[in-house]
Amino acid sequence: MKICVLVKEVPDAAVEKRMDPNTKRLDRSGEKNLNPFDTHAIEAAMQIRESGALDVDEIVAVTMGPASAFRALHKAVSLGADRSIHLTDEALAGSDVCATGYALARVLEAESPDLVLLGQQSDDGECYTIGAVVADHLKMPSLTQVIKIDVQDAGLRCERQAEYGYDTVDVELPAVISVGDAINEPRYPSLKAIMGAKKKPLDTRSTGDVGIDAGQVGADGSQVQCGSFKAPPQKSAGTIIEDEDTNETVEKIMAWLDERKLI
Amino acid sequence: MSELTAEQRDIRELARRFADERIAPNAGRWDREHRFPRELYDEMGELGLMGVCVPEAYGGAGADYFAYVLVLEELSRADASVGVTLAVHLGAGMLPILNWATDEQKQRYVPPLASGQELCAFALTEPEVGSDASSLRARVVDGRITGTKQWVTNGSYASTFTVFAREHDVGVSAFLVRRDAEGFSVTREEEKMGLNASSTADLALDAVPGERLGPPGAGMRIALSTLDSGRIGIGAQAVGIAQAALELATSYAKERHAFGGPIGRFQAIQHKLADMQTEIEAARALVWRAARIKDAGLPHTVEGAQAKLFASRVARFQTGEALQVLGGYGYTKEFPAERYYRDAKVTEIYEGTSEIQRLVIAQALLGEVTRA
Repeated sequence: MKICVLVKEVPDAAVEKRMDPNTKRLDRSGEKNLNPFDTHAIEAAMQIRESGALDVDEIVAVTMGPASAFRALHKAVSLGADRSIHLTDEALAGSDVCATGYALARVLEAESPDLVLLGQQSDDGECYTIGAVVADHLKMPSLTQVIKIDVQDAGLRCERQAEYGYDTVDVELPAVISVGDAINEPRYPSLKAIMGAKKKPLDTRSTGDVGIDAGQVGADGSQVQCGSFKAPPQKSAGTIIEDEDTNETVEKIMAWLDERKLI
Repeated sequence: MSELTAEQRDIRELARRFADERIAPNAGRWDREHRFPRELYDEMGELGLMGVCVPEAYGGAGADYFAYVLVLEELSRADASVGVTLAVHLGAGMLPILNWATDEQKQRYVPPLASGQELCAFALTEPEVGSDASSLRARVVDGRITGTKQWVTNGSYASTFTVFAREHDVGVSAFLVRRDAEGFSVTREEEKMGLNASSTADLALDAVPGERLGPPGAGMRIALSTLDSGRIGIGAQAVGIAQAALELATSYAKERHAFGGPIGRFQAIQHKLADMQTEIEAARALVWRAARIKDAGLPHTVEGAQAKLFASRVARFQTGEALQVLGGYGYTKEFPAERYYRDAKVTEIYEGTSEIQRLVIAQALLGEVTRA
């Protein structure tokens, strides 16, 4: 079977994120890295393969992004993917979540994966939705925020994080599953794998190669319009209570809560 | 703008993550217990960190010297003992084998070293022979070496040693010696001021069979060229120690309150930290420059000496400043500032003292005049 892992190049965690007032998009200049959540998706694919419970022939990393995004693919390959596909085209610039999901689905369709994995959110856009959009286009079941995957006879049994605890959901393959960072601890890429990443097959695809309708992607093909934006309101500083005498600390906390009629 | 390529950043990130997760949490304990974490080197070997710049043909990761320098800094930031263990294993131990051994010797010696399964050491110094290495007394007769070697890093754990000994009529030659060879013994483990999680041992060689490394009489050339590049590694180690001290002092300055606020609001503290960061960046720039020149295949004797001279001074001085920022806490074992301070000092001594680095630099600058 084949597992495709969707990955994304995002601004490095150390870079402060800001909106570009001219383009009304996230400013993605500066150092970039592979979306940390996607490293958990690659690790999940590796663990399924290594468990032997499914016969995984191939793990393919797939991304859509500008020319520089091949670096995210190199990283994905250094973490264990066998090869990678880079969907890149000027026509795709400015695509919103729906357009991106549509475009990625076209690439995936050509690959016919048995399982699609991805990080539940990207470190930049934080939409949490791309998996569902892709699944809709592929007519596959979609599970999000999964933190445990077990292989069973007919498919997978997954635990999914919910507001109230965990849902256990059985899903048949093929399926699209987005994973949370609690699912595993990504392995260290070995130095040899980092050095060898450039040598693994990387296919570049344009919109025409995978039959993407140019009218449905890019800024013009996207439904989302950014009107205006502003920074979230500053949080108030809060009160720090030093715990010198615990009895006294408890009294202070009680008084604070009482003052605000919270108890 | 990044000064590193994406691949170099990935290599540094690997070393940084490994250092933060696997080394830093244990470094204080290893130091207190004087424990050499042998198992760590197996794990590093699996990740390719024990043979960073060793060609793939010999089981290494096939990266360049610059990548090795990035790794050394990150590991040393977590624990300078791990840094020196790798610096000697790879920089002083394996590189002369890669540069001077026959292909057959490389095939035999290098793969177990590159994988971390075995460790390598460099035995030049003797009880009465330090900076004046050419006056060494160990002798070789009919391929058997007799003498004593002192302060051999990795000595108690290494399997392969590059040993320098005087050969009748030809001068100093280099030999590869195996730990299990007849007549080989480790006589004592040194007790040191710092680097307590590294091994520094004395060796006694009693007619030990050695395998020739390089041509007869090439010993000093092999030793000095090894030290030429080894200095860049020690420069990286010094930068790593200083960086660790800076990070500690900076976070302490934000958290420690005195006179009604964090001490980081005092100019006296701000200036210390500003100088510290600036000097560390300057040291790093010198180390990176020397490594890049070496990778380009150009002479790097002076650049390596400058990098080590400057970086070791920065490490020795700035670890003291970091300790000062922490005040009384800095002097306790509760914080690693005192370990950084103890570990930093030796970078001004080994792989050529600061005095020798100045000599190297001055000789290149003044030429014949220095010998007049």
